[in-house]
Amino acid sequence: MTIQTHADETNGTPEVLTTADGKPLKTSIARALRREKMRALLLIAPLLLFVIITFVAPIVDMLFRSVENQIVSTTLPRTVVELDSWDGTTGEAPGENVFNALHFDMTVAVERKNHTQLGTRLNYEESGISSMFRRTGRRVDDFGEIYADQFIDLNSAWEAPATWVSLMASPDWIAEQAAWVADRDAARANGTAFEQPEPAFAIREGVAEALPRTADIYQAFAEFIQTEDQDSPTEEEPWNAVYTGLHDDLLANPNAASAFSGETATLLSQAANAVSGFEKISLREAFIDADEDWGNPYYWGVIQTFSPSYTSGYFLAAADAELTPQGIQMKPEDEQIYLYLFWRTLLLSVTITFSCLLLGYPIAFLLAALPARSANLLMILVLLPFWTSLLVRTSAWKVLLQQQGVINDFLVWTGLVSDAGRLVMINNQTGTIIAMTHILLPFMILPLYSVMKTISPSYVRAAKSLGATDWTAFWRVYFPQTVPGIGAGAILVFILAIGYYITPELVGGTDGIFISNRIAYHISTSLNWGLAAALGVILLLAVMLLFYVYDKIVGIDNVKLG
Amino acid sequence: MKFRTLLLAGAASAMMTSGALAIDLTVVSWGGAYQDSQKNAYTDPYMKENPDVNFIWESASNEAVAKLRAMNEAGNLTWDLVDVVAADAIRLCDEGLAEEIDHDEVLAAAPDGTPASDDFGDLIISDCYIPQIVYSTTFGYRTDVDAWNGREPDDICDVFDLENFPGKRSLEKRPINNMEWALLCDGVAKEDVYDVLETDEGIDRALAKLGTIKDDTIWWSAGAETPQLLADSEVVIGSTYNGRLFSLIVEQDQPVKMLWDAQVFDLDGWIVPAGLPDDRKAAVMEFLKYATDTQRLADQAKYISYGPARASSAPLVGKHAELGIDMAPHMPTDPANATNTFLYNYEWWADYRDDLDAKFQAWLTQ
Repeated sequence: MTIQTHADETNGTPEVLTTADGKPLKTSIARALRREKMRALLLIAPLLLFVIITFVAPIVDMLFRSVENQIVSTTLPRTVVELDSWDGTTGEAPGENVFNALHFDMTVAVERKNHTQLGTRLNYEESGISSMFRRTGRRVDDFGEIYADQFIDLNSAWEAPATWVSLMASPDWIAEQAAWVADRDAARANGTAFEQPEPAFAIREGVAEALPRTADIYQAFAEFIQTEDQDSPTEEEPWNAVYTGLHDDLLANPNAASAFSGETATLLSQAANAVSGFEKISLREAFIDADEDWGNPYYWGVIQTFSPSYTSGYFLAAADAELTPQGIQMKPEDEQIYLYLFWRTLLLSVTITFSCLLLGYPIAFLLAALPARSANLLMILVLLPFWTSLLVRTSAWKVLLQQQGVINDFLVWTGLVSDAGRLVMINNQTGTIIAMTHILLPFMILPLYSVMKTISPSYVRAAKSLGATDWTAFWRVYFPQTVPGIGAGAILVFILAIGYYITPELVGGTDGIFISNRIAYHISTSLNWGLAAALGVILLLAVMLLFYVYDKIVGIDNVKLG
Repeated sequence: MKFRTLLLAGAASAMMTSGALAIDLTVVSWGGAYQDSQKNAYTDPYMKENPDVNFIWESASNEAVAKLRAMNEAGNLTWDLVDVVAADAIRLCDEGLAEEIDHDEVLAAAPDGTPASDDFGDLIISDCYIPQIVYSTTFGYRTDVDAWNGREPDDICDVFDLENFPGKRSLEKRPINNMEWALLCDGVAKEDVYDVLETDEGIDRALAKLGTIKDDTIWWSAGAETPQLLADSEVVIGSTYNGRLFSLIVEQDQPVKMLWDAQVFDLDGWIVPAGLPDDRKAAVMEFLKYATDTQRLADQAKYISYGPARASSAPLVGKHAELGIDMAPHMPTDPANATNTFLYNYEWWADYRDDLDAKFQAWLTQ
């Protein structure tokens, strides 16, 4: 590759270097570099993919739960739409239209058994909603029974699934379904396997206009029967809610029969003439009768507030605030806990980091100064805690520190403390600090040791020969060289400490627990994963912020792990 | 030659049949003495009768709800049968993570023909739940406390009486049970406890009562802590599960006695995870029918002092398998122990747990 230079003669811009094929040199080099980079990327691709798939993706997925809230709008789709126009400030529970929608939504949800999940979700926001959904779920199917009975009394044809299919299904689907049945029966007769599913239900044209509510709920019914029950709408009597829908539709549109022809039209016009004389129920009253809280506008406000697909509710809860129908408010003082716990976690982690440094520095110094043989022995002692189970180590501290424990017994025996005045050293902050300092000490000693090992003793000797005292030689010459080790040890210990939860749980009592204990509680006991995720995000952001500050002060380039 | 071929063919066919039928069932329980009692009473005899079934035990019941939820989301169910307490069973059923059970169809009737649902009676607190045992959370106290001058606590309120019964207490680090006890000792009638606890004043009242002993209390989170604390004389009186106290008193012979007053009954039992493949589900149901029949439930009481959940099992409770002592007087359900009991309201706690827990934890950290 020869390089030619083109001098632009007309104006004074700098020359552009090009390669033999006339392309600018800059582009050429960039392309060559890009190829190199791609090759390098391909080499690390397996590891990168592995990390992304097994580590980054699950964490992102988990953290995403802190804002996710689709459960309300997917479980109660009709209610959420109707509720949109309800004004919560009137102090009145919503009207009949919302309860009609809720009736359909609850019927579907109860069949799918996910109404209780929604109850659990909303119960995080307001106590009592969980049982409201559970209790109502047991009764919601009975609400429409009164209409089903009257339709069937009027004409027993309403009981037959076939009547409903001829009324609701599209003629194409009826034909397809019949062909499918024939195929299935033929296969059965031959003894061959028949795996094909029933063709998906399709609604008749025009039904949605003539009988909108019936069409809506019957479609939900048919889909549920086909997908969840693996059954056919041709063989199942519809839910009571379908009869309720038909009753409402015929009342609103007595001429609905005109959209149909033949037998179904006769049946429908007979029903249309009769519905005005049917015994009625108010669904609103039925719901309030099942659980009086449905009549309380406050609970409706909660449902309305949490109907969007994404919510800031979990983050607010993690910051001791709450999203109420009246806006964002701080929680009552007797429920505020998280901000305080974040603060305490930081404070205790810093304390633990400092006590690790205080204890670890002389040991690392000794390790680096001793001859190799005794240093090895000492090193084994340092590593010993690593080889013991965390629970055993923690329990050992209990035995040592408790009021009837070894240390207190010794102090009483020597007369330093009286029998009544035994020291409380465990099940409080002291316990957490002592046990965690012990557990994390090796993470401080090892980076310190590896840095000290590389410091040539001649520097200190030189300082001394130039007249420095022991202290000056240490402080002005030796210590600055160990700062990268301190930086590495401190950040390791601090980051490990901030996420610890087993040790604080066991020895922390009530005032020595960390925010991680609450995260663990919400993951495994209360199942409020959204709140746990929000707390996790905040903790992660706090650590990243501290890391940034640390980088500004200490400089991450100055950190040496070995 | 012919004989050998025959033998080989026989061996091969035997291997094939067992290969086709053999099934591994993963059973999840609490570990420790409790899991051993289940092994001894249920799975060991079952395996003798059904050599094709093999049981794999996991001790993960304390985090069963979270793990089942995670398995369900990942679509990889590795558990076949899970032992949980009643409150967790309700939650699993609510979340659709546990299979609904038709108790009369799945479970064996009592020997006298009483259908299972009547034999278990009110203890079937959820459609998904098959109760095994009744346990109680109650207090144990040391009998060698000098400062008590020979007095012994016989009333739940003695726990709150620092004057007559000085010394450290241990209570569970959660509001359930503690709040009820506090209100009972603050003069609330038993039947009103949950109504009072529903109000803010009621919560304050309960916390204020607990506040009188807060400085003298060690809060535990694992059931093994109180027995240990009692054995070490770290506390003089503490709450835990009655079976733990039984082994402390009877098996380890410590100077500790039970305070049965206002013991709180709770249940432990099985749930079947929802969405098991048909063959595993059939095998689990087969096992459940055996493991929860009248005799098997009574057998479990030979190994641990928890009361069988079937009414028909109670008369069959015999002696401890190793110590040979009568188990009946150590059962929480024994009439002498159950003169004053408290029934824990599952549904109420399902509603108010989150709220109360936040208040309780905030109160603890203050």
